Amino acid sequence: MRDADEVKVSISSEADVVTAREAGRQMASEIGLNGSLPTLIATAISEVSRNIIQYAGKGEIILRPLHQSLKTGIMIIARDKGPGIADVEQAMKDGYTTGRGLGLGLPGTRRLMDEFEIVSKKGKGTTVTMKKWM
Amino acid sequence: MRVPILKQGQYLIATIQSALTDEDLLQLRDELTDRVGKYRSRGVIVDVTALDIMDSFATQTLRALAHMIRLRGAETVIVGVQPEVAFTMVQLGLTLEGISTALDLEEGLAQLNLKTRGVEARERRG
Repeated sequence: MRDADEVKVSISSEADVVTAREAGRQMASEIGLNGSLPTLIATAISEVSRNIIQYAGKGEIILRPLHQSLKTGIMIIARDKGPGIADVEQAMKDGYTTGRGLGLGLPGTRRLMDEFEIVSKKGKGTTVTMKKWM
Repeated sequence: MRVPILKQGQYLIATIQSALTDEDLLQLRDELTDRVGKYRSRGVIVDVTALDIMDSFATQTLRALAHMIRLRGAETVIVGVQPEVAFTMVQLGLTLEGISTALDLEEGLAQLNLKTRGVEARERRG
């Protein structure tokens, strides 16, 4: 079942990257994540949504507040139906890139998050699911 | 969203005022590199106080900007990196290695004055 206050942002242009990260920052603040967390979350969203633009052309970002008995957090899902990642293990290594970036996007984003999972099928697309807890 | 660039004496000051797309950042890089030649500027300050995130693309672009401007014969100082932005950059593994940074505009100008003093002295001696 979907949480009522889930937010979905379609990603197909650079402007959508900005929209998605601002939505993430806003949700983080609203559910009480404070300090550096809103910035951290917005940055992680920026990295994964840029990957969507760069490698798949379009996709979506889903933001979901998480409430467990004693902790609050946020779940970020970045999903595309692009070409997929041929070698996920390699893509998670610092400095590896097939694009124009620094190769720090995915491994760096994993360092920002508490939980990070990437599922990619060649020709079917990529889904990154990550969580950050307060 | 274009970034306004102010000419102040021998320096150019670019103040980022809101969230920027990747394209905006590339445009800023190219415009500053261009104007350094047009105005024969000695130094450039990029004020990122209002920039709420510096992800891998922004960092890479600012680094390229500073290196390009150095190749054009001027110095760049990045000022105003916010504490939470700095924290996130370090976690991501991003650095501004080889690039001058300063706390704010005032400190940035002081740094540029120091860096470009030698050049002016040589010019005065002719």
